[in-house]
Amino acid sequence: MTKKKTAKWFHKDLLGLEYLSKEDIELLLDTAESFREILNRKIKKVPALRGKTVVNLFYEPSTRTRVSFEVAAKRLSADVINIAVESSSVRKGETLNDTGKNIEALKADIIVVRHNCSGAANMLGRNVNISVINAGDGWHEHPTQALLDMFTLRKKTGRLEGLNVSIVGDIAHSRVARSNIWGLTKFGAKVTVCAPDILIPPGIEKMNVKITGNIDEALGEADAINVLRMQFERDDMKAFPSQLEYFKKFGITEERLKKAKKGIIVMHPGPINRGVEISSEVADGANSVILEQVTNGIAVRMAVLFWVSQAKP
Amino acid sequence: MSLKQVFTKEEIERAITRISHEIIENNKGVKGLVIIGIRTRGYVIAERIAKMINNLYGTKLDVGALDITFYRDDLSAISKQPVIHNTEIGFDIENKNIVLVDDVLYTGRTIRCGLDALIDFGRPKTIQLAVLIDRGHRELPIRADYVGKNIPTSQKELVQVKLQETDSEDSVTIVAEGENGPERT
Repeated sequence: MTKKKTAKWFHKDLLGLEYLSKEDIELLLDTAESFREILNRKIKKVPALRGKTVVNLFYEPSTRTRVSFEVAAKRLSADVINIAVESSSVRKGETLNDTGKNIEALKADIIVVRHNCSGAANMLGRNVNISVINAGDGWHEHPTQALLDMFTLRKKTGRLEGLNVSIVGDIAHSRVARSNIWGLTKFGAKVTVCAPDILIPPGIEKMNVKITGNIDEALGEADAINVLRMQFERDDMKAFPSQLEYFKKFGITEERLKKAKKGIIVMHPGPINRGVEISSEVADGANSVILEQVTNGIAVRMAVLFWVSQAKP
Repeated sequence: MSLKQVFTKEEIERAITRISHEIIENNKGVKGLVIIGIRTRGYVIAERIAKMINNLYGTKLDVGALDITFYRDDLSAISKQPVIHNTEIGFDIENKNIVLVDDVLYTGRTIRCGLDALIDFGRPKTIQLAVLIDRGHRELPIRADYVGKNIPTSQKELVQVKLQETDSEDSVTIVAEGENGPERT
């Protein structure tokens, strides 16, 4: 018999993993298992969100997250509208709240928002009555990425509790790191963050993580590593010497993996920079689950879209 | 609230045995036959029917489990939130004779969802319906091909099927509740 899931979901919005309980996250991950099966069918579609409209409102460039949300919504039979902000009225000076209220007036049901300001999704969620899903806000949170990382880990290892997970790379600017830390620690996983000093944000130790500047130490006990992209396009990254130097000190290579636990899981939220944070051999190698993450991301986002639309006040 | 047992362990066993024979008779054998049960208890009964046929005919029938949550037309109307299980159909249903199994046939809406869900997996040759209990009160033009027992009920009553595998006993009970009847889920 499959275990009984007593479903209870009260959240209108998904803003971050900080605000969810372990049970909430478990419900999302379990539901994602059901949706994962649908992705293997010949007809990859169920009518669960028929008649609902999902608006993707992206203030930052993003291909994979937006496409993933779009695929997820379409697999649930929702209608999807993509608003590319570069060509919208935002350029004419409309505020985020006004844009949100207009989308609500258009009778959409869910807004998926990506914004460069931390807290943007929270503010939008407070100001509209329809559901808001955070697809990444500034350096704050990227909850669906962390959920898909956790889903992939749970699928691979069968558990999250007690798992050693190292997050390597630009922790300071990373909403992916923050959401992962919130989520994983709620399940009792042990999280280590590894980066050069300047990319370790002050106060991170309060999030119940181990900090190291030594990549071999981060790999040592890890059951899984989550390799973050080095965002060299950022202006403040000019403080860091060069991509090659980063690769030498922190890049995940086959040499380094040899010293790690056998079967260590290598994750990356993408897009990957080959030869910067990860070598091609590792990215394409047997330990890598990078492409599985992409597929799992659809299932996880289907679960999130499904439950926010089911929210009971 | 009162309880009335309407089907005992032995009667359930006999009904499943009879249904198994009827399925074989109706399909003139086991060729192309697959059994798919609706989660949770429909799947349990489907497994019992398949086991029975396998014992009688030395076959190894494919058995699948169907979760219909994402096909419901009342997701926003029901007061309780849905409980989600996995669908597991590890075989091709194209051109097969499917026996869809559920525990109780009532309004017919669950079966409607089941039919929609099955057809998304391919084009079976036939879909037949087997239920342990038919309690009447249909809201859609759906009927069962194989019925364990017809039990006339009032809409204020609740038919509770318990099976060994899920509830540690085999029984069917009618639960009569107050004026508004039991909550429909």
